[in-house]
Amino acid sequence: MDTKLHVSASPHFKGSSTTRRIMLDVIIALIPASVMACVIFGMRSMVLIAICIATCVLLEFISRKIMKRDTTIGDLSAVVTGLLLALNLPVDINPLIAMFGCLIAIVVVKQMFGGIGMNFVNPALAARIVLLVSFPGPMMHWVTAAGAPKAAAIDATTSATPLAAEPGVYSYVDLLLGRCGGSIGEVCALALILGGIYLVVRKVISPIIPCVYLGTAAVMSLIVGLDPLYQLLSGGLMIGAIFMATDYTTSPVTKWGKVIYAIGCGILTILLRAFSNMPEGVSFSILLMNILVPLIERATAPRTLGYIKKKKGEQK
Amino acid sequence: MAELSFPKRPYRTKGGVHAPHNKNTAHKESVILPVPSMVALPMTQHIGAPCKPMVKVGDIVDVGQQIAVSDAFVSAPIHASVSGKVKKIDKITMPDGGKVEAIFIESDGEQRLSPDIHPPKVNSLSDLITAVRNSGLVGLGGAGFPTSVKLNIPSDKNVDTLIINVAECEPYITSDHREILENSWDVISGIITVKEFLDIHRVIIGIENNKPDAIKALREIADSKVDPNDEIRVLPIRATYPQGAEKILIKACTGREVPVGGLPSDAGCLVMNVGSIAFIARYLKTGIPLIWRRLTVDGGCIENPVNVIAPIGTPIKDVIDFVGGYKEPPYKLIMGGPMMGIALPNDDLYILKQNNAILALSEKEAKYSEPTACIRCGKCLDACPMRLQPLELANAADRGDTDGLKFYNVMNCMECGCCSFACPAKRHLVQHIRMGKALIQKAKREEIAASKGGKK
Ligand code: SF4
Ligand code: SF4
Repeated sequence: MDTKLHVSASPHFKGSSTTRRIMLDVIIALIPASVMACVIFGMRSMVLIAICIATCVLLEFISRKIMKRDTTIGDLSAVVTGLLLALNLPVDINPLIAMFGCLIAIVVVKQMFGGIGMNFVNPALAARIVLLVSFPGPMMHWVTAAGAPKAAAIDATTSATPLAAEPGVYSYVDLLLGRCGGSIGEVCALALILGGIYLVVRKVISPIIPCVYLGTAAVMSLIVGLDPLYQLLSGGLMIGAIFMATDYTTSPVTKWGKVIYAIGCGILTILLRAFSNMPEGVSFSILLMNILVPLIERATAPRTLGYIKKKKGEQK
Repeated sequence: MAELSFPKRPYRTKGGVHAPHNKNTAHKESVILPVPSMVALPMTQHIGAPCKPMVKVGDIVDVGQQIAVSDAFVSAPIHASVSGKVKKIDKITMPDGGKVEAIFIESDGEQRLSPDIHPPKVNSLSDLITAVRNSGLVGLGGAGFPTSVKLNIPSDKNVDTLIINVAECEPYITSDHREILENSWDVISGIITVKEFLDIHRVIIGIENNKPDAIKALREIADSKVDPNDEIRVLPIRATYPQGAEKILIKACTGREVPVGGLPSDAGCLVMNVGSIAFIARYLKTGIPLIWRRLTVDGGCIENPVNVIAPIGTPIKDVIDFVGGYKEPPYKLIMGGPMMGIALPNDDLYILKQNNAILALSEKEAKYSEPTACIRCGKCLDACPMRLQPLELANAADRGDTDGLKFYNVMNCMECGCCSFACPAKRHLVQHIRMGKALIQKAKREEIAASKGGKK
């Protein structure tokens, strides 16, 4: 035989799933929320999204070049980060501030720790928090959403977020459809839920984290005396539970680890909302739990087939 | 002891992947290969001690004549698969890269049966074990563990269940499937022999539910009067890879788990491949040792995929030429299945006893992909039938971290390949895990050496 045969270790078949396909699915799942952002806040949202995606991809490309590593923009993860960051910003944010956020996300949080899979906190989330701390004013300037109730208006152009508004100002329907103040991607709960269902159906994420997170948050709301449904539908909880907390790199891979992590996120979110003077607890809660992931994972290693727990006192 | 019940449905097993089935040859009658002009019989075609040749160059041998043996407990003798002259005894390179002595026999085309062949007299379990040992039988499903050793169950183990493995979960391979359709009576009569002598009263035939015709054929016999007490039952199991892995099959059929580092007998089970069990029945009837086997020849590059019945030791090239040769130059040539088989460097090798398939895969099917960074998606965990954490194992192996490898139970990995199959980053997880296992074994050897040195 004259052709050269390829020799490599088994298995010789590989499945069809790829990193790129997974990232593409996340992007597809974010399309409803992005479209709603444009409907609610106008085409300025589109511009903001475009700026963030372009900056993230460019920065990823440049930093990999400088670090003399292979280009990884083909895996689309930078697009996902850019898109997520944009959806977590107010619509009238100064583009320079948005670009600074991209720098934090891609260069500082992601690439300086070794690139995809190595960062220990979610890049988009970390960037959002840095921006919140550095530019609290612009970051909390909520332009009035299309169709938002008059009662929520603060002045001629801005209105309160559901969490800051007086009770009764926003109805559940307002929250579901996004007729309220907030970051461009977080307001429309319905669009986010739709995206979440797509991700679960495509088996990109397991439903454990979003369901347990939202469930815990609901129970905690009852305990501290808040309206659970209102809490679930408002602020960044939906986008956080479905898209941020489920980030592969920064959430546990084990089943029980996911449960513990999501319970932690849920409890912290509501505690922060109820008792701190921060307007929003989601980002901080997820970030905190991100840091605990290695510990949680190690404590929840699955029992391997045939493993019998040693009885107490028995020698190893 | 409580009456053993038969499960109505298989027990739940975790993990596994949906590898393509590609069972193209399931409905084609097996064909018998013409006698090759030369065969080569390596001295190790089993797990255990290699055999020593009993013949020398120039000797004339008959079909079925024993030509190599070993005294070791874990071993299996080797028999001539053609009649003719011993041409040479020389080292050859085995599929795994090791060098092994092999006896080359030039066929005279007569296929004269050895006069020593006569059906063995079997009146007790020890007779059966001796007979199986003399037959040269090894597990025909791929592992190649000597069957006589398997039957020799230590007296402190209470084995109450015989499981017949017909999962055949690897893509392409249909040799067991064909064995059932073509020799279903041998299968059942082999089962009856083994269960009588071992005094086992529960036989579960675990068969993937993608073979309805085989299930029907077996049920027809198992439900007839050959099995008056209804102790043999067919259990259709999920058709996902790797249901045929011993530990997974035991779990699916009985709900029991083989302890880490243990053997099936620790879970009260004896697992036998369907081809092996049918062979035992034939051997007791005819006395002809293991000199031929059925194997699947398939893959995207094979002109006419089919199961062939070939003498052990036939050059792979002859087998491939017989089925019409390559349709296009193969990208990979595999001995065994695509998930666990060995990639061969060329087709200058020979059919072994435990070799259930030769696959010539095209580039499209078996494309090698460069691994990229792990994205911690956890898909490898979900795919692992042993409920291990492949990504942690691979990472620990890369760091050379033996404590981490032990913490994550690296030795319980059976190298089934599900994790690599599922990984979207195309990491070569199994390869890393194998390295990790080697690290642990090395550390153990060093420990032993150190403790011996300390005593002196
Ligand atoms: S499947 Fe691959 S990418 Fe996903 S966690 Fe496992 S090793 Fe990492
Ligand atoms: S090769 Fe090992 S680690 Fe990977 S899936 Fe199979 S048993 Fe699990």
